[in-house]
Amino acid sequence: MKKSVFIGALTAATLAAGVAGAATLDDVKARGELICGVNTGLVGFAAPDANGNWSGFDVAICQAVAGAVLGDPSKVKYVPTSGQTRLTALGSGEVDLLARNTTWTFSRDTDLKLQFTATNYYDGQGFMVRKDSGVTSAKELDGASVCIQTGTTTELNLADYFKANNMSYQPITVDSNAEGEQQFLAGACDAYTTDASGLAATRAAFANPSDYVILPEIISKEPLAPAVRQGDDQWTDIVRWTVFALIAAEEYGVTSANIDELAKSTDNPEIKRLLGTEGDLGAMIGLSKDWAVNAIKANGNYGEIFAATIGEQTPIGLARGLNAQWTQGGLMYAPPFR
Amino acid sequence: MTTAPDAPEHTGFRLSQLIYDTRYRSMTIQIVVLFLVMGFVGWLVDNTIQNLNALGKDFNYSFLGQRAGYDIGNALIPYNNDMTHGRALLVGLLNTLWVSFLGCIAATFIGVLVGVLRLSKNWLVARLMTIYVEVFRNIPVLLWILVAIALLTEVAPSPNAYKVNAATGEAKTSMLFESVAFTNRYTAIPSIHFDRSLGSLDTALAPISLNFLAIVLVLLASWFVTKTLNNRAAQVQAKTGVRPTTWWKNLAIWVLPVVILVTALGINPEEPALKGFNFVKGTNVSNAFVALWAGLSLYTAAFIAEIVRAGILAVSKGQSEAAFALGLRPNRTMSLVILPQALRVIIPPLISQYLNLTKNSSLAIAVGYLDLRGTLGGITLNQTGRELEAITLMMLIYLVISLLISGGMNIFNNRVKLKER
Repeated sequence: MKKSVFIGALTAATLAAGVAGAATLDDVKARGELICGVNTGLVGFAAPDANGNWSGFDVAICQAVAGAVLGDPSKVKYVPTSGQTRLTALGSGEVDLLARNTTWTFSRDTDLKLQFTATNYYDGQGFMVRKDSGVTSAKELDGASVCIQTGTTTELNLADYFKANNMSYQPITVDSNAEGEQQFLAGACDAYTTDASGLAATRAAFANPSDYVILPEIISKEPLAPAVRQGDDQWTDIVRWTVFALIAAEEYGVTSANIDELAKSTDNPEIKRLLGTEGDLGAMIGLSKDWAVNAIKANGNYGEIFAATIGEQTPIGLARGLNAQWTQGGLMYAPPFR
Repeated sequence: MTTAPDAPEHTGFRLSQLIYDTRYRSMTIQIVVLFLVMGFVGWLVDNTIQNLNALGKDFNYSFLGQRAGYDIGNALIPYNNDMTHGRALLVGLLNTLWVSFLGCIAATFIGVLVGVLRLSKNWLVARLMTIYVEVFRNIPVLLWILVAIALLTEVAPSPNAYKVNAATGEAKTSMLFESVAFTNRYTAIPSIHFDRSLGSLDTALAPISLNFLAIVLVLLASWFVTKTLNNRAAQVQAKTGVRPTTWWKNLAIWVLPVVILVTALGINPEEPALKGFNFVKGTNVSNAFVALWAGLSLYTAAFIAEIVRAGILAVSKGQSEAAFALGLRPNRTMSLVILPQALRVIIPPLISQYLNLTKNSSLAIAVGYLDLRGTLGGITLNQTGRELEAITLMMLIYLVISLLISGGMNIFNNRVKLKER
């Protein structure tokens, strides 16, 4: 009996694993479609609209990669993943790329055999409370019930923060952002905690966003980065440099509007190399000459994507902050294209 | 006169006999199937090992000894985030067992009641019970659990509704009997407090309260004394035909020692009190637990009701007619004649229902009650990334729980089943 259960588990694991082929690039090209793991629905980052079309900050990364690899940003299949299923989905080969508010940590990078490509959003964990609760600082949350998404780094940060400040709390575990939202709105928890960007996005979807406040404390570092499987260096490079291409494009002033014109007229050798009119960077990572052009054309450069999905002009209203270009005092810094 | 031709000479074993000779055929089939199964298993194991190698992962359980780092809302034994994943597993396992145990009790109680009432001669009662059974057993249990949690969360006020307004001296909502508060997070009930506590015995697993141990010992002693008393009464009855009055002696033996003990210990209820965001002191029974427990119990009770009804109907009508003829009242007919015989039919399917309830308790994940599935198969699995190990171990644990329940119930079944001599 014991043996048969073990075997059953092995069966399940085997079927799930389905052998992750080493050459993801070949798989994607052969399939003609990029399979991208995204959030189950977080407005601004990844959410489907009424027609089932996905859009958002993370979705834009998927589309840029699809543009770079396949030349067509629309050739993406989105697989919604929860905090619990996302890493397994990537590890088992169910998705080619995971662009889903996933924090780059040591153990995920090493023990879980993932490869984080390039940080596309520097985040930190925060708290949201009801305005009428009168709480103005996370230090006042002693004894509170806190809603927390399971399977996330925020779960561990929360435990650490309350411990460090010698406070107690009651964790209310939820499985998805939607469930957390519902529990928080129903008053089953005093505070909802997740990445500050996620809080802003969640609050934007409330009926009365102004009734809720996001507390000033940021209790952790959450560098969010698209992740791929370890062991496929070429694919890792492709995703990493696609993100860098978007960041570099903003730095050099290449936008989706002027890219065609710049490709012909510019004299800047760095831009020429980026856009493939000089040298052949594309061939070095197994892509076409104009891979970066296609990536940038998908939704514009990093700054355009940010402004269109989560920036201050959107309901989510996030400031660039740490995510500004290094020239503007932020942390966005693409290595040279040469 | 013709004779039947002699049987063919025995010419030794031929290979075709393996298929055409009925003496060997079944053996051949079994061996072939065995080899196929073994080949399939071997392929699975090999495939798994290859995939793990391809991913660069190994298979080991050392993560159970690492620091868990996460908190658990409702732990029955002391737990904090500095303890290991192994301890978190244990907390989850106890939560699973606790909700299953209480669920089985409630489901049996409701199930027997409904099953008996469904056979009632009262038209309204019988129809109401039919509706109950049909509604509950034909809707998935997950939905019932979600309905329960939604009701508890949306209907009850939040804890701060119980906050006493300093100006008016009144709260928006007042507590039931001034000691029970229903909130959208939990139900705050008084806990038992001993003024002159005996302290507790620290074991590696959990501290055991000596107070409760003392109470249990006294109750055991009472049980033993009343048993002796009743045996003696039965002997007297057998000899003289007159049973000595024992009810007040029994009552005194059950009640007096315990009352004396708890008075000596200085028992008193500790009322829940609102402090800050939540009720402190007292005991907070989380809504997740109540919803899960209620959902599982009500759902399984509908099945048990049908089993009980079938069991009762299986007892021949002559039995109850004979009992009536002897002058037994309907209540006593049920308890002395019908139910003992019906139990033989009821117990075996009842075991399956207990197993179902226990396994269904893994739906706790839907309401955030951290059972085995929530700790080992949920947070631990996610934080350590040991999917294969965690799932395998979890399956093994559920299997062991189920086999234990099934084994225990089989022993009980052997005691009540018809003894054929």
